[in-house]
Formats: sequence, structure tokens, C-alpha cells
Amino acid sequence: MTHASATVDMMQPPYPAERGLDVYNTKLGMWVFLASEVMFFAALIGTYVILRFGAPGEWARPGIVLNIKVTAFNTFLLICSSVSMVKAYASIQDGDRQKMRFWLLMTILGGATFVGIQVYEYTHLVERGFLPSGVREGSELAELVAQGTLPAATMGLYGSTFYTMTGFHGFHVTCGVISMTYLFFTKALPGKYTRQDYRGIETVGLYWHFVDLVWIILFTIVYLI
Amino acid sequence: METAHKRPNYILIWVYLAVLTAAELALAFELPISRNLKLVLLLFLAVWKALLVALFFMHLKFERWNLRIMAIIPLPLALIFLFAAMSEHVW
Repeated sequence: MTHASATVDMMQPPYPAERGLDVYNTKLGMWVFLASEVMFFAALIGTYVILRFGAPGEWARPGIVLNIKVTAFNTFLLICSSVSMVKAYASIQDGDRQKMRFWLLMTILGGATFVGIQVYEYTHLVERGFLPSGVREGSELAELVAQGTLPAATMGLYGSTFYTMTGFHGFHVTCGVISMTYLFFTKALPGKYTRQDYRGIETVGLYWHFVDLVWIILFTIVYLI
Repeated sequence: METAHKRPNYILIWVYLAVLTAAELALAFELPISRNLKLVLLLFLAVWKALLVALFFMHLKFERWNLRIMAIIPLPLALIFLFAAMSEHVW
């Protein structure tokens, strides 16, 4: 039976739901937390939009400072890790612990690689002279500013908003990787998840998909626009 | 209370997301169209991808309404917050 054709009662957790809400506590708690996270990222994105479109002058065009190809690969990687997370969830629903462990491990590796590539990206950007405060004097990017390829007036705003938004997102990914690794060793590996109780997988999965969703928005507004 | 339904084809959603990401890149760097149109189309594609993740990977499409409402509530709040901050900036 394939996943596509399997008929399951997906949203009916076997664990007893709280009366009145039909949702168990940890899942409800995660959704409340994600609601607060929407506001958190709305503040960051809102600040970026206001600073960018109210900036005194042009904003650096995408692709001049940032390495789009590397980040596009990273975006694809995060999407893949979201799929592996949902496959882990589907596997434990079917009672297949072995597959669940495999897909959870793939998700952890995907997330860790994302963070690794982001660290590489930051290192490379700092080497080229792109700092949270703007452009470092005497650097490769400072020359582009001097030639007029990059706007001098807004590079400080660009640097601070870029590192704040992508840095906070990277922090969220790191937290997700740590949480999943903890669950992998304390619950998944000892076989504590069953097709009757897989709350940890579902809850951490919601968080992971949200982190992916936020990156989809950030990638567009920071790297492509 | 029982909500038995077909499990979505996750691999198909993954293909959609990969194709939409490729379309975004092509749109941003290859297509010779106006900047404003590009902006609108890129935002449209980003929202489309975000919806796919929320509806199928986070299973909001199959959730009960009380949970869906909880997921939707912060969106207008975030928009109000954004417009308030923008109007403050313009003012």
C-alpha cells in the first residue's frame, strides 16, 4: 500500500484529546507557540519592509552581495527536510519504527547541513566585507561601493536587516535540529513511539514545517526581490 | 469527531515546491519584465509555496476548524501590526 492510497485517520491522535478542543495538550501548545512566532517574524519582516522602502536611496540589487545559487540549494535542502519529516510522521502512523527512525535522521541531517551552509555563507560574506554594520573599509565590496555598483547610503541597513532576519531563522533551525536529535536518541531509538502515541513526532514536525514556511518567505523577500 | 481521509501525496507536494522554487529563480533573474510585476509574481509564488507547506505538511487542510482558526488568527494581527508600523513611518 502506498502513502498516496492509504486511508488513515491522520488528525485523530490515538492519545486522548482534551475535552472541548479535540486536540492533545502538546499539539495545542505548539500551535499557540507558532501563533506567537508568526508575530515575531512579522515584526522582523515588517521592519525590513519599512526600512527598505523608506530608505534614503537605492537598495543593493539581489545577486551582487549574496550568493543566490548556494542559498537556492539551501532552500531546496530545507524543503527536502520538510518532506523527510512528514515521511517520518507517516511511517510511525503506519507503525513502521525503522522507517520513522530513518526519515527522522534524514531530517536532522538536512537541518544540520542547512545550518552548516548558512555558517559558510556568513563566513564568505564577512570575508568579502559584508558586515551587520555595512561594508568594511578596504574590502571587495567597498570597491563596488566606490565604483557605484552598490549604494553607499543603504548598505548599513541592508547588513543589519539581512543578518537579523536570517540569523534568527538560523537560530530557529538550530533549535529544531537540537530538539529532533534529543527526540531521536531519547524516544525514537529506544522505540518509545508507537502507532498509538507519536505526539513528539507530530509536535516537532509542526515546528519544523513552520521553520521551512518562514524560510520560503524570507528567501523571496531577502534574496530574490 | 472521526475525520478519516486520504493521506496526501507528499512526494507530489515536494515536486510542486521544487518546481515553484525553480520558477521563482527564473522569474527573479531571467525574465525581462518590469520590477513591480516581478515583485507581485514573486510574492504570489512565495505565498503559494507557504500555503502548500501549511495545508499539506502541517495538515491544516485536514484539521478541525478550532485549530485552523488558531493558525489563521495571527495573520490579520500581523497585517494590522505591519500597516500600523507603515502608517507611523509615512506619518
